[in-house]
Amino acid sequence: MPKHQINPNKWVELYSDYLFNYTITRVNDRAIAQDIISETFLAGLKSMKNFKGEASERTWLVSILKRKIIDYYRKKNSNKGQAEVRMNYNTNSDSDGDWLEERVSDPFDKTAEDTLVNTELGDAIYECLEKLPAKQAEVFKMKTILDYDTETICKELNITPSNLWVIIHRARTALAECMEDNWFK
Amino acid sequence: MKKSFLFISCDEAKHICDKVQYGEATKWEIFKLRIRRCYCRITKNYNNKNIKLTEAIKDGKIDCLKSEERNRLKKQFEEELAKHE
Repeated sequence: MPKHQINPNKWVELYSDYLFNYTITRVNDRAIAQDIISETFLAGLKSMKNFKGEASERTWLVSILKRKIIDYYRKKNSNKGQAEVRMNYNTNSDSDGDWLEERVSDPFDKTAEDTLVNTELGDAIYECLEKLPAKQAEVFKMKTILDYDTETICKELNITPSNLWVIIHRARTALAECMEDNWFK
Repeated sequence: MKKSFLFISCDEAKHICDKVQYGEATKWEIFKLRIRRCYCRITKNYNNKNIKLTEAIKDGKIDCLKSEERNRLKKQFEEELAKHE
């Protein structure tokens, strides 16, 4: 018997935020990220029979998503055709930056390695978020990630401000513990 | 029990600490939290963990779908799901 079962009815509810976070860090455009996720779910639906149940549903969907992101960049690059890359030398001799040393990138600027660490950190936070009860995760995401104000969340979820703060407290405590085990150690 | 105007309970300190993370605590609340932090190890510990979590979230640059975006996605997918079934 396979270790994992597949249930597309729950995909949007369970995985859309994780997949969105994964995609937005790679394509940097909300609308495009949503289109790619939509395509991923569709592709998943069409190839459901290929799901062997050895990996989790999420891992399987992420593998489809990765291919969709590659397809997106392939299409984007082919649309560009033979794009030209031009580098302009600084011809203005009065200004700074004539010396090669002055033109090298700032070593304290963000490097690819930093970006990778941030992406991994984001994934670790999501791993922990998924362990929270659905309501806690929803309130936490609205308050912390989407930056909604207390009143808006209370109105949308029909809860009182004191309820909201209790939920936030429980979510933060659980997340801090999970992150302590998974990331900070 | 009469509530002290300066010395707060551990639970209240944690609540203020949560509010601080979202910039929603008043200056007076922050002051009371600082006093409690000086002598309460649990508050100090909670405060440190909370700050660490906020920084991690900021560094991780995590994002998620807005309710209306998720609903749109759900509606689209449900239509496809209905066709598929």
